[in-house]
Amino acid sequence: MRLSIRWIRAMFRKELRDYRRNAQMIVTMAYLPLIFLIQPLVVLFKVPASTAQQISEAPVLLYMLAIPALAPGTVAAYSVVGERVQGTLEPVLTTPIRREELLLGKALAVFVPSVAISFAVFAFFIVCVELFTPPGIAAALVQGPELLAQVVFTPLLAGCSIWIGVAISTRSSDVRTAQGFSLLATVPLAVPTTLMAFKVIPATLGVAFGFAAILLVVDGLGWRLISATFDRERLIAGTR
Amino acid sequence: MSSERLASADGNRGGPALSVHGLSKRFGDRVAFQDLSFEIGYGEVFGFLGPNGAGKTTTVRTLGTLLRPTSGSAIVAGIPLTHENGVEIRRRVAIMPESPGLYLRLSVSENLECFADLYETPDPKDRVERALHAVNLANRANDICGTLSKGLRQRVALARALLSDPEVLFLDEPTAGLDPVAAHDVHELIASLGRGGVTIFLTTHRLEEAERLCDRVAILNTTLRTIGRPDELRDRLFAKALTVKTLAPLTDPGYVFAGLPAVESWHQDGQATYVVVVSDLATAAPAITRALVTADAHVLSISESHHSLEDVYLELIAEEGEARVT
Repeated sequence: MRLSIRWIRAMFRKELRDYRRNAQMIVTMAYLPLIFLIQPLVVLFKVPASTAQQISEAPVLLYMLAIPALAPGTVAAYSVVGERVQGTLEPVLTTPIRREELLLGKALAVFVPSVAISFAVFAFFIVCVELFTPPGIAAALVQGPELLAQVVFTPLLAGCSIWIGVAISTRSSDVRTAQGFSLLATVPLAVPTTLMAFKVIPATLGVAFGFAAILLVVDGLGWRLISATFDRERLIAGTR
Repeated sequence: MSSERLASADGNRGGPALSVHGLSKRFGDRVAFQDLSFEIGYGEVFGFLGPNGAGKTTTVRTLGTLLRPTSGSAIVAGIPLTHENGVEIRRRVAIMPESPGLYLRLSVSENLECFADLYETPDPKDRVERALHAVNLANRANDICGTLSKGLRQRVALARALLSDPEVLFLDEPTAGLDPVAAHDVHELIASLGRGGVTIFLTTHRLEEAERLCDRVAILNTTLRTIGRPDELRDRLFAKALTVKTLAPLTDPGYVFAGLPAVESWHQDGQATYVVVVSDLATAAPAITRALVTADAHVLSISESHHSLEDVYLELIAEEGEARVT
């Protein structure tokens, strides 16, 4: 099957326009990144310069990967059930668009802003650390491998989180319930990086590669699997 | 509707626009509709009538490939109705659901641009403009849909359905919930589309709407009760009758009407009104007139009794109710 870029782009643009004007979605996109930005900043502003050595020994920044792991899923959980509740899903499903393109367009509309927000929050965090933390803390905290991990894992985690959210969204009939379940279901995604940040799991190159490979496979399979189980009939009639 | 589109569509029009054979849809034990068989020609405006829960919307959704039929077959716009042909069928038809289903935070033109892309129209901006002109909304293109009245939203939904120049246009209760003025506007639009040669499948329970707009109607109540032109259905269901009104009641109406040629029966319908059932209007009307004159009756009028589509509908639904009771 050859994907139609035009259909994907049409859904992507429509979703972005809709999200941009939806206050509820903006709040949903903002609150988790803010929590994961403010909490570590408050901690770091208080730590004395003498703890720099201690900080340098743990990949603390990986903790911030919780943003792409949790936030996109909550937004993606709105994507299908939101349309269903508003009554806009049926007109879309009467057009020639295939479920693969429909879901990919919707996923990309969450993926792009989520990854952009994650990187922006991370950059803001680094700037704050450089400017406002005691001397030595910034140098101990900001290390090459961790920056690379942010660049690699942010899109991979966001992708996984989105497919979990979309999967829940296609099976739900209420937006709030879908978002609640999605947040719960994406928590395990944040566990490995958080455990590395707290030195429970060693942050070695092998572990990183293994985790990245798993995420990559889940991203690809997620799209295929959710597309295969996307059932117009159930979504329209609520039954089979 | 563009003439070039109609011309190209004509080239594919060997068979009917819709051909349905023994189509049924069940949801578990519940029958939505059963054993539907009918055909609709290209350019026809076809009314699909029935009470709530009769299966009208489910039929539209099934023919529009949103639901899979349980049994039976259909050809929609020349394509066999199968799961594999879903995309191709949806390219050729458009469905306007009962609820407009617009993105309320998007403007009218943003809504339509999205669907123009989904229908892969060659020049989306131009097509959106033309569709808006067709529904008299060109000056509201930048309005946010959430700010529009229900009637205007319905018009936007109709414009959306026209974007692809569909071979078959399904309109599911297009005037449901509209005030008389807004409903009248939508009627005008549908009538102009019909005159333009668009094949329209109109579901409604507004009988005057069907009578005014449709070439043929079908009455559905889970199964197809009847199908035909509104006047055909009237003739089929109701005997021909003449209504005679006189200034004063006739002293002996039995003597006046009995034994006249082509008169089958009569009954009084009011103080000085008589309904005479006849087998042939052309024979009976002069004979009745002569008999009334002979009887020295003061005749106010003699007219053909008119039965509306509503009478047909109520008769059929009542018949079915009685059949269920017995």
